[in-house]
Amino acid sequence: MATLKIEQDHNRFRQIVRGKVKQDLRKYISHEQLIGRKGRDLISIPVPQIDIPTFRFSPQSQGGVGQGEGESGTPIAAGEADGAGEAGNLPGEHLMEVDITLEELAQILGEELELPKIQPKGAERIQVEKDRYSAVRRTGPESLRHFKRTYKEALKRQIASGVYNHRNPVILPIREDKRYLSWKTKPRPECNALIVYMMDVSGSMGDEQKEIVRIETFWIDTWLRSQYKGLVTRYIVHDAAAKEVTEEQFYHLRESGGTMISSAYNYLNKMIDEEYDLEQWNIYGFHFSDGDNWSGGDTDKCLALLEKELLLKVNLFCYGQVESAYGSGEFYRELEEGLDSQENLVTSKIQSKEDIYASIKDFLGRGK
Amino acid sequence: MNLPKDLEDIRQEIEGYAQDYGLDFFETFFEILDFKQLNEVASFMGFPNRYPHWRFGMEYERLSKSFAYGLHRIYEMVINNDPCYAYLLQCNNYVDQKIVMAHVYGHCDFFKNNFWFSKTNRKMMDEMANHATKVRKYIDKHGYSEVENFIDVCLSIDDLIDRHSPFIERHGRKPVSTLENGEEDKTVKKIKSKDYMDEYINPEQFLQDQKRRLDEERVQRRSFPEKPEKDILLSLIETAPLENWQRDILELIREESYYFAPQGQTKIMNEGWATYWHSTIMTQRALQDCELIDYADHHSGTVATQPTRVNPYKLGLELFKDIEDRWNKGKFGKDYEECEDINEKKNWDKKLGLGREKIFEVRKIYNDVTFIDTFMTEEFCRDQKLFAYKYDAEQNAYVISDREFKKVKQQLLFSLTNFGQPLIYVKEANHENRGELYLEHRHEGIDLKIDYAKATMENIQKIWSRPVYLETAVEGRGRLLGFDGHKHTERNLGP
Repeated sequence: MATLKIEQDHNRFRQIVRGKVKQDLRKYISHEQLIGRKGRDLISIPVPQIDIPTFRFSPQSQGGVGQGEGESGTPIAAGEADGAGEAGNLPGEHLMEVDITLEELAQILGEELELPKIQPKGAERIQVEKDRYSAVRRTGPESLRHFKRTYKEALKRQIASGVYNHRNPVILPIREDKRYLSWKTKPRPECNALIVYMMDVSGSMGDEQKEIVRIETFWIDTWLRSQYKGLVTRYIVHDAAAKEVTEEQFYHLRESGGTMISSAYNYLNKMIDEEYDLEQWNIYGFHFSDGDNWSGGDTDKCLALLEKELLLKVNLFCYGQVESAYGSGEFYRELEEGLDSQENLVTSKIQSKEDIYASIKDFLGRGK
Repeated sequence: MNLPKDLEDIRQEIEGYAQDYGLDFFETFFEILDFKQLNEVASFMGFPNRYPHWRFGMEYERLSKSFAYGLHRIYEMVINNDPCYAYLLQCNNYVDQKIVMAHVYGHCDFFKNNFWFSKTNRKMMDEMANHATKVRKYIDKHGYSEVENFIDVCLSIDDLIDRHSPFIERHGRKPVSTLENGEEDKTVKKIKSKDYMDEYINPEQFLQDQKRRLDEERVQRRSFPEKPEKDILLSLIETAPLENWQRDILELIREESYYFAPQGQTKIMNEGWATYWHSTIMTQRALQDCELIDYADHHSGTVATQPTRVNPYKLGLELFKDIEDRWNKGKFGKDYEECEDINEKKNWDKKLGLGREKIFEVRKIYNDVTFIDTFMTEEFCRDQKLFAYKYDAEQNAYVISDREFKKVKQQLLFSLTNFGQPLIYVKEANHENRGELYLEHRHEGIDLKIDYAKATMENIQKIWSRPVYLETAVEGRGRLLGFDGHKHTERNLGP
C-alpha cells in the first residue's frame, strides 16, 4: 500500500513527543510510574497532551449541560487534579499514552545523560553464524509449507487465468504455487552481558530504599539492554549470608539480622568463576546497600575481594549507597579511600529519588 | 472512483429513498477506505490533503490508538463541497454501509440548504489542496521549523474570527473629507426657545451632557479601529507587520476557520438531521429483517448519552422528532401555549400534519443557538433528562447543579454561543498612541483560563511585535494582562 500522507505529520508529532520525554526525563526517572508500563519491546509513557493555547474559559467556572439520571448534587466527573498547570483529567484534557520502544527510550536516556556507547569486549573475536527462518522459497519440505503465501499465489493464478469462481471459491494450489519457509544465514558478532544486582536486605533497608533501587535498576537495565544483544540478569540478596533469588523476590524479600557485605561479593566471585567465561562475557556488578557493614574486618575482606578478584573480572562494578535512617554510611567512605584509583569501580550516593538521575549518570557514564 | 457493484446498488437504492423523502443534495461520491486511510482522512478533518502540521499527526495517533483498542470507531465522514465527498469504511458490513449512506445524504442536504453554510466555499477540496501546496512551497523556501512555528502561532488564534462576518456586507471606507458635511464644526446647539423658557429647555446639565457626547465621538473617531473589531485575524492580517509569506499563511488559516465555522455552529442540528434521516430511511424503507439487530446496535451506539456532555446526535434527533410531532398535532401557537389543563395539553392533536414541512423549514434557517432557543420546551427538557452541572470545589468534582428548565436552557445556550468560546475584540490597535494592541474580553460571568490566555498573548505578540494587552476580569475584578515580548504584566483595573 502506498504510504499515507499523514506519515510525515505523524513522524513529526512523534519527534515532538520524544523531545518532551527527553525534556522531562529527570521527572520520569525519579518516578516509579514507568515501571509496570513496560511490555516486551514497548513502554507506554504518559505525556501531557500537547496543546495549542487559545483563549478559553477556565473549566472550573464553566460547567455545562449533561443528560441522564441523578439528583442535584450527584457527582458526574472528577475535577482537575491539584496543581496548577498540570494536565488534569477533564474530558479533553487527558494525558496521552504514547508508546515508545525500549530501544528508543534507551536512546533518549543515552542522549540526555550523555552516556557513551559501550565498547564490549570480545565483540570481534566471537562471530556467530545465526540461521533464521525468515525467507520464503519455491522449494522445500511439505512440513515447512507457507500456507498463506501458497494460498495467495494460487488465488492470484486462478484469478489471472479466469478459473476462479466466486460462487464456488475453491483454491487448488499446483506445484508452482507452493511456497516454503526457508532460512537465511547471518553472521553476527556475539556479545553477551551479565548483570548481577546485589542488595542488602538486612533490617535497616526499608521500603523506600528498595523503591529507589528498583527504579534505578529499571533504567540501568534499559540502557544495558540497548547495548547488548544477549543480556542475562541475576539477583543476589544478602544480610549476613548471601543467596541468589528471582527478580520478584529481590525487590520484596526482607530479612532481619546483620550485614556482611563480603558474603555477596564472595557469592558473585564464585558465580563468575564457575559459570562464565571471561573471554565471552561482559560482566556488570551493581551493589546497593545502606552502607552499614558488620565489622571493619569484613569491610577489609570486601576491599581485598574487589581489588584482587572482582575488579579484574568485571567491566564495571558499581556501588550505590542508599540513604537510610539506620545505616552509618561507612562502607562508601571505606571504598572511596581504599580503592580510589580503580577505574572500573564507581560509587554513588543516592539520598532520595531525585538523586537517581545523577547516580545513573555516574554508573553508566564511563562507557564500560 | 467507482464503487464496486454491490455497494453501488445499495447507494442507488438509498439515494432513491432520500430523494423520495424530498432531500435535496449535491451529487455525492463515496470512497472506500481501509481504517488506516480513514483515520488519516479523519485526522485531516475529512480532507485527503492538508498542509503539513504535527497536530494532524497527533490526531492520527489518537484515532489509531482508540481504534486499535476498540474504544471508538469512525463510521461516517463527509465533506461540505460540491460535489460532496463521503467515505465508507471497507470492513463495515452492508447494514452499516446503508446507515452511513443514509446519514451522509442527510448531511449533504443540510450542507446544501442550511443558510449558515450558504457562504462557504463549495470547492474547498481544491482549496485545501492549494493551501497544502502553498505551505509546502513556503517550507521549501523558509525552512520547516520556521513555517511550523508560525503555523503554531496562527492556530493559537484561529478561532478569533467573527462568525457572522460572512453575512455582513462590507462597504468601502467612509469618505474622509469633512468639509462637505462640516462634521468638525459640530458644536453644542441650543434647542430653540423663548428667552424666558431657555433656562428650562436648555439647562446647564443638558448642554454639558451634549458637549461630553460630542467630545467622546470625536475621540472615538480618532481611535483605531473605530468600533471594537471581532475578527481579530482580519485585523492582524491588515495591520500587523508581517512578511508576505506569513500574511499569506495567516490568511489561509483564517479562510479555513471560516469554512469550518458553520459546522461548529450547527453541530447539533446537522448531526440531528442526519440521524433523523438515517433512522427514517432505514426503519421505513431500507432495512431488511435480518439486519434489524445490527441496525439497532449501531443506532443505539450513535445516540448513547453520557452524563458529562450532550450528545449532538441524540439531542438533535430528539428535538427534530419533537418538532415534527408538535407540528403534526398542532401543539404550538397561542391556544396551545395558553392552555393550562395538563391532560388536554398532553392529548392535544389537531391533526395538522405539518411536521415534515416544518422540520425542512427549520433545517433551512436555524443554527444551534436559535434552534435550541426556539424549540426546546420544558416538557422536552424533562423528557430528555437534561441537567446543568457545575464544578464543586469541595468535592473536587463536577456535580449536577440543576434540572430547572430555564437554567438548563440558559447553560446550554451559553455553551453554544460563539461556539462556547470567549468573546474577544480588538479595542485599539494604537493603544496610547504607541502602536500597542489592546484586546478586550467581554466578560459574561466566566473567567478565562489565565495560563492559556497568557500563552495565547505571547503568540499574538509574536505577530503584532509591539506590546499586547488583554482586558478581562478575574473573580469579579477587572484585570489587565500585558505582554511586551519579554515579560508578562498584570494589574487590577477600576475600583
